[in-house]
Amino acid sequence: MAVVSSEATAVATESDIVTVRRLVREASAKLGFSLVDQTKVVTAASELARNTLIHGKGGEMELITLNGPRVGLRLKFHDHGPGIRDIQLALRDGFTTGSGLGLGLGGAKRLVNEFEINSQPGEGTTVTVTRWK
Amino acid sequence: MATTTVNQNASLASIIERRRESILAEWLREMSGATRRSDLMKESELQGQCGQFLDLLARASGTGTNVQAAAYEPLREMLLDISRVRVQKGFTPRETAMFVFSIKRPLFTAIREAHGKDPVAMAEQMWSTTELLDSLGLYTTEAYLKSREEVIRRQQEDMLELSTPVVKLWEGILALPLIGTLDSARTQVVMESLLEAIVQTNSRVAIIDITGVPTVDTVVAQHLLKTVTAARLMGADCIISGVRPQIAQTIVHLGINLLDVTTKATLSDAFGLAMHRSGFSFIRSDKKEKRDN
Repeated sequence: MAVVSSEATAVATESDIVTVRRLVREASAKLGFSLVDQTKVVTAASELARNTLIHGKGGEMELITLNGPRVGLRLKFHDHGPGIRDIQLALRDGFTTGSGLGLGLGGAKRLVNEFEINSQPGEGTTVTVTRWK
Repeated sequence: MATTTVNQNASLASIIERRRESILAEWLREMSGATRRSDLMKESELQGQCGQFLDLLARASGTGTNVQAAAYEPLREMLLDISRVRVQKGFTPRETAMFVFSIKRPLFTAIREAHGKDPVAMAEQMWSTTELLDSLGLYTTEAYLKSREEVIRRQQEDMLELSTPVVKLWEGILALPLIGTLDSARTQVVMESLLEAIVQTNSRVAIIDITGVPTVDTVVAQHLLKTVTAARLMGADCIISGVRPQIAQTIVHLGINLLDVTTKATLSDAFGLAMHRSGFSFIRSDKKEKRDN
């Protein structure tokens, strides 16, 4: 799998979420994603960036452009927050520890092709999602 | 070590005092070369600033070279003021910082002349003076950036107000065209202005148009639902319009339930529905014969 480019950006404030959306929109447009696919991956990035900010107390996003046998966009959200104790529960629709709708994590999973989550309580969380063209 | 620093700076103060006029004149000449902006600032104003700077520097430098110390407070305040004014007047950061840096040559000339026969003392004092002026220059740049950020923040707040107009489309029908990002702060403003307008215009239907909102994620959806609920509590029905195909698909995947809310693809559809609900109907006057339904 050929990685064409990879860049990291901080997710530390509300306005960084706007930056994340813009970066993901630009990258997916450059890869030739359809408008629907662009919107899907941007929305997923918005959800995950907000999780990184609110639940992970800030972190970063790595944006990886893949151009191997398949063209795609991979986003890696990483934080050093309190971590997730029960991932299955966190993925369930309607479950939230904050004040949101509880649809962000599960919704993001449905908006992408590949979804991977690694989390240890006390050590932070890494969510990696991939959307193929 | 500490005592020598104080001694050196005591002499910096005395050098400035003794040669105040010649340093001032040379400094002004120095600035007139590269960074003087006579289009933005009067000569007399600059002269006043330079004189004040020299006096404050002479007074503060007697206590040491730490610019964060209390003795430098008046000097820091003055630089903060200068930076703020220069941001407003349109100076570049370079031109602002050069106010401090351009004093180096005249001041160093004065130091050289004062220490004529003692190169070691001269070198030491030049070094400590350079350090001091560099810190002050950096402080000026920082202050400049801070003032800039203030300007940006103020503009953002202004935009927040401007970007949420509630317009009356018809008797009892309001429209709220949303454009851009819907964060918590903006949603609060949107909700308030919509609810106020509902009361003022005695409206029964409010159309929230999201054509200009590029991304509808769970937080935006939650904000929209809260606004709709609040409007309903006040007796007004909400219609959400401008749901584009890609947004509709995304909302489905996210699992957001908008079934309780009336949604339309375009603002004109929503307006037609609102008119119908309010009991109005359209008649095309010039082609009456073709109107059959």
